[in-house]
Amino acid sequence: MPIETLNVNLLSILPMALVAILALSMLVLDFFLKKGDKGAIGYLSIIGLLIVLPIASNAIEGAPAFGGMVIADAFSAFFNCIFILAAVFALYLSVDYLKRINSETGEYYYIVLFAVAGMMVMSSANDLIALYVGIELMALSFYVLTAFRVRDTKSSEGGLKYFVLGALSSGILLYGISFTYGFSGTTNISDIARLAGGAGANNTFMLLGVVLTAAGFAFKIAAFPFHVWAPDAYEGAPTPVTALISIGSKAASFAVFLRVFIVAFPAFQSHWWKLLWALSAATMLYGSVVAIPQKNIIRMLAYSSIAHAGVILIGIVALNGAGAAGVMYYLLVYAFMNMGAFAIVMYLGRVRGNGEYVSDYAGMSSRHPVIAFLMALFLLSLAGIPPTGGFMAKFFILSAAIKARYYWLAAIGVVSTAISLFFYARVVFYMYMKDAEGDSPAPAGRPALAYDVVIYITAAMTMLLGLYPAPFMEIAIKAVEPLIR
Amino acid sequence: MMDLLASLPVLSIIIFLPAVGALVIIFAAGKDDDDFVRWLALGFSLAVCVISLYLPLTFDYNNPDLQWVERAVWSERLGIGYFLGVDGISLLLVLLTTFTAVVCVLASWADIRFKLRGYMAMLLLTETFSLGVFMAVDMFLFYVFWEAVLIPMVFIIGIWGGNRRLYSAIKFFLFTFLGSLFMLLGVIALYFYHGKATGVYTFDSTVLLNYALPADAQFWIFIAFFLGFAVKVPLFPLHTWLPDAHTEAPTAGSIVLAAVLLKLGTYGFLRFSLPLLPDASATLAPVMTAVSIFAVIYGALVTLAQKDMKKVVAYSSVSHMGFVMLGIFALNAEGLKGGVLQMINHGISTGALFLFVGMIYERTHDRVIGSYSGLLKIMPFYGVCFLITVLSSMGLPVTNGFIGELFILIGAFKAYYLYAVFAVVGVLLGAVYLLWMYQRVFLGEFSYSGHEPLKDLCVREKLTALAFVILIFWIGLYPAPFLRVMDASLNKLVKTVEHKTSVSKGGSVSAVMIR
Repeated sequence: MPIETLNVNLLSILPMALVAILALSMLVLDFFLKKGDKGAIGYLSIIGLLIVLPIASNAIEGAPAFGGMVIADAFSAFFNCIFILAAVFALYLSVDYLKRINSETGEYYYIVLFAVAGMMVMSSANDLIALYVGIELMALSFYVLTAFRVRDTKSSEGGLKYFVLGALSSGILLYGISFTYGFSGTTNISDIARLAGGAGANNTFMLLGVVLTAAGFAFKIAAFPFHVWAPDAYEGAPTPVTALISIGSKAASFAVFLRVFIVAFPAFQSHWWKLLWALSAATMLYGSVVAIPQKNIIRMLAYSSIAHAGVILIGIVALNGAGAAGVMYYLLVYAFMNMGAFAIVMYLGRVRGNGEYVSDYAGMSSRHPVIAFLMALFLLSLAGIPPTGGFMAKFFILSAAIKARYYWLAAIGVVSTAISLFFYARVVFYMYMKDAEGDSPAPAGRPALAYDVVIYITAAMTMLLGLYPAPFMEIAIKAVEPLIR
Repeated sequence: MMDLLASLPVLSIIIFLPAVGALVIIFAAGKDDDDFVRWLALGFSLAVCVISLYLPLTFDYNNPDLQWVERAVWSERLGIGYFLGVDGISLLLVLLTTFTAVVCVLASWADIRFKLRGYMAMLLLTETFSLGVFMAVDMFLFYVFWEAVLIPMVFIIGIWGGNRRLYSAIKFFLFTFLGSLFMLLGVIALYFYHGKATGVYTFDSTVLLNYALPADAQFWIFIAFFLGFAVKVPLFPLHTWLPDAHTEAPTAGSIVLAAVLLKLGTYGFLRFSLPLLPDASATLAPVMTAVSIFAVIYGALVTLAQKDMKKVVAYSSVSHMGFVMLGIFALNAEGLKGGVLQMINHGISTGALFLFVGMIYERTHDRVIGSYSGLLKIMPFYGVCFLITVLSSMGLPVTNGFIGELFILIGAFKAYYLYAVFAVVGVLLGAVYLLWMYQRVFLGEFSYSGHEPLKDLCVREKLTALAFVILIFWIGLYPAPFLRVMDASLNKLVKTVEHKTSVSKGGSVSAVMIR
């Protein structure tokens, strides 16, 4: 391939390259730091990511670069910002968290950075191969991070399950990619639509490729029935990693899901909408119903994130600009509200030494009135009650479904939302309407500043996205416009 | 001076002043300054009540449209606006809300013994959001207020309620939340139908009004709205949250629920279902009427069987709100007028009944009818006020209830005479359960099974009771100002419903109305 058509454009890979360089330099720095000083790596990573943030949000090049392998468009910039924000919050919380579990190490931080780099490769991949590389980079980092609490068998169990099932799903995804390549003759996402559209749209093997690709992605977003890894991995992983998996990994997987299905496979929409319709409906209902009996709040949040994945899928099924923009807006809101909820779970763990179980929240309103209020805000936002960001996000997704005339899917979404209100409200009820049973453990000291900062910023953003959605929605709509034809 | 007043965003001030009060209470008052909190709450609710009197004073009686309109763009692309306005239909409801808030603060004066700050803040927030529902013209804004009002109410029931408060609070939350979500789908569907047909995507209900939806779309959107509104009213079979919520809520919570929150549902039908979906409203009017009549009679029969005073009042609400629905879906001027007036009347009478039941409960912690007899002799003032309220609730002439029920019956009779016949049965049953309760509790020889001292009302309680009694007689003896307020707007509503249906359907609604 001549060098001109290769279109070497460093700007389009600048954000991920910077994050990768940051990770590598942290790796080197790790050798020079003493055991007790590893927190510095965490803070340096945060500073590095914050420097990359404005670069990532501005690195927008319309055209694919490097022979069509990557594309830096507004769509990928939007997602990159979500990844960086989520990683900054998670890293900031991690510094104190790692101290608490006595495993302060340098590798934790740069593995997180590698995961972020992987996500960024995913969001800007314009080729199935690049996409696969991104997924693997992210997933391998998360396998390691999930099993990071080496002294806890739950963590090893979660990591192992995540690894085995993740490897299986990668296999399925690769199988799908190979069918797609075999019958369209290319792995380039924008070319697939051109080569496989028209008469090729009814090719059975091509369709098999679509189905297998969907299954591979469904694993990553933890859609029913491909969700089994999620609750165990969530429970076992260090809590900041859990937050990052539930936000970053989900957002990255939805980014590739959107791009592949909207750009590469629109010709098959008449086939795949039924598949995704059923996937979405089943995921919403399963997630919200199974979350109800959970006693462990992290498992509850795991099932809730499954239910949210189902709702977000509605936006892909709708296959219109409103749906895709709705997905992006939803993931942005979800990043803040879910991170806030996890931050409070960690805060309780730090201050009271518990907070893992729903019953630990009894009587919290009198002991920590402000934190209880903010937890209620996050939970009600997750449940989708106005005037929070969660409501706006649900509103955009449901609008997209109704615009595309998927009335039944919207109705199922509504029912699942009402069911999920039950378990969110239950925690709120515990905090405000029940008194603590027995002696509560003594406060374990003043928590780090990180908790307050993360909790207040995410709460402010959750409210802002509910009260003033217009500018953010505008960015999302502009970002998807070039993708939709 | 008047210019300055007229230039102020008076509706926004009325809506958000209670919320400001809630913030002040939370942040300014200390943890144990209970008296300070009470006076702050009373001050704010009184201030809102007084400011809201500015509305009837400057109301233009001949203008059927929205007045004191306020508009601001919220989201240009989505066609969402911060759009407020009040017309003849909502004016009385706004006043009822601000009045009820004052009563609620007074009713909670001694009733609430812990976490008073949070309680008063929640009460004021409920006021803010309900006022928002009554004033919102933009459907999106309406929905936001509509949902938001649930949250403080759930907390009031769940934290300060009775023994089964958790169960009742979550049941209330889930029922109303699910219903409202379906309504949201209806709103979105309406938005897209209108947008596709006219190219204007907006949630502004005054714009949506100008477009006649296809009949099948109207039908489905009506069903969606029905699920949202009927849960709040509540209509049989969606009413089961109401007795639980009412019985477990603290006194002021029950008053707010009965006087304000139930009105949100009927108001929704009036404000949105009828004018936006006239064909579906006309076609489904017989069904809606039948459901309403069933609610009237079923509610009354269930009330007869209750042993707890608060449950009697709670179930009687099902019956009375059925009456309001009957008036609305008679789809003629009399019925609508009666419906709106009866919404106010029910707010006053049932609010007062809950207040009175709360007063005796505060003294003895016992609401069982069988525990009492001959109370009139020990608490004469209380007994007389209770009697007046009971009479007003059953619709005796000279009281407010009579005027409302009369108009509803005329409206129902005009729509179809059998409706009125069944409705009269409901009126009779209403008289039976209310008088029977009164006779058992207040008449006969005095006896009380408990030991607590029974004192007549204190000054604060007398004042609240008198406020209700004055309103009862005022509306009963001289309803003209109240009726005149709504005349222009309701006539316009009847005209739009008739006009739109006759245009799009060739006069099928007149068939319903003439029959």
